Amino acid sequence: MATKRLCFVIRTLPYKIEGSRLAMTHAIASQTVEIYLEDGDLVEASVCFIADGVLNCLKNQAAMKHYGITSIEQHLKNSLLLDMKVMICKEDLEKFGISEDTIVKDAEDLGGETVAQIVPYSEIQKEMEAVDHLLFC
Amino acid sequence: MGKLTIGCFASLVGSVSLDFTVKLAEAAVKKGHKVDLWVSGNATMLSKKGQRAFKDYSALQKTINGLLETGNFQMTACEACAEARGYHKEDTMEGCKRFSMDWYLASCFSADRVLHIGGD
Repeated sequence: MATKRLCFVIRTLPYKIEGSRLAMTHAIASQTVEIYLEDGDLVEASVCFIADGVLNCLKNQAAMKHYGITSIEQHLKNSLLLDMKVMICKEDLEKFGISEDTIVKDAEDLGGETVAQIVPYSEIQKEMEAVDHLLFC
Repeated sequence: MGKLTIGCFASLVGSVSLDFTVKLAEAAVKKGHKVDLWVSGNATMLSKKGQRAFKDYSALQKTINGLLETGNFQMTACEACAEARGYHKEDTMEGCKRFSMDWYLASCFSADRVLHIGGD
């Protein structure tokens, strides 16, 4: 029985390329990975938003209206609903002038209890050092 | 010898990230390692059969076929990413698999090293 921890580090802008969306969908796929593993083995995914990637966390994304696709905001809420660890870089939010009340921090409207953590980069660094594998997207 | 899992999102034509990925896989297999290559997003096109080699574009199918023949390399394409691009099961290159994203995470579970090449 073992648990392997994977950390998806999202650095890319939403919608410009597919990177951040794929990172979120791959991270969420950790919920069904057991079908390929031995009994008791687990994959635990976490997601960290840094640099341009913090723009994925903005509230009120209108992806369905403009592109006819689900928003990254919805994927972020789904990951919180699944109790995934989500960390957002505080300094990078500040660099863009993004206030905490304009980003997605919870999935309370869906009944989720887990909250995204807005943390200094040093905390994200600790998370990256603690996991088994890093996946930069 | 170890197991390397490589994931790639970058396109077959339009960037050379996928070329780098395949060269790295080839080097690892030559050293006696086992390699799982997961192609997702635009990278799924690497697993499509019938690729034609032109001098102006990356042509990796021959290298991939050679790697598959070694028995130490497997390539799996993201099923949803492929279907979204109108590329169906019958279009898949011989020897290449198609699964959902959790297959990749399971491969990461048993890998000694994971290298993920995101972006495009």
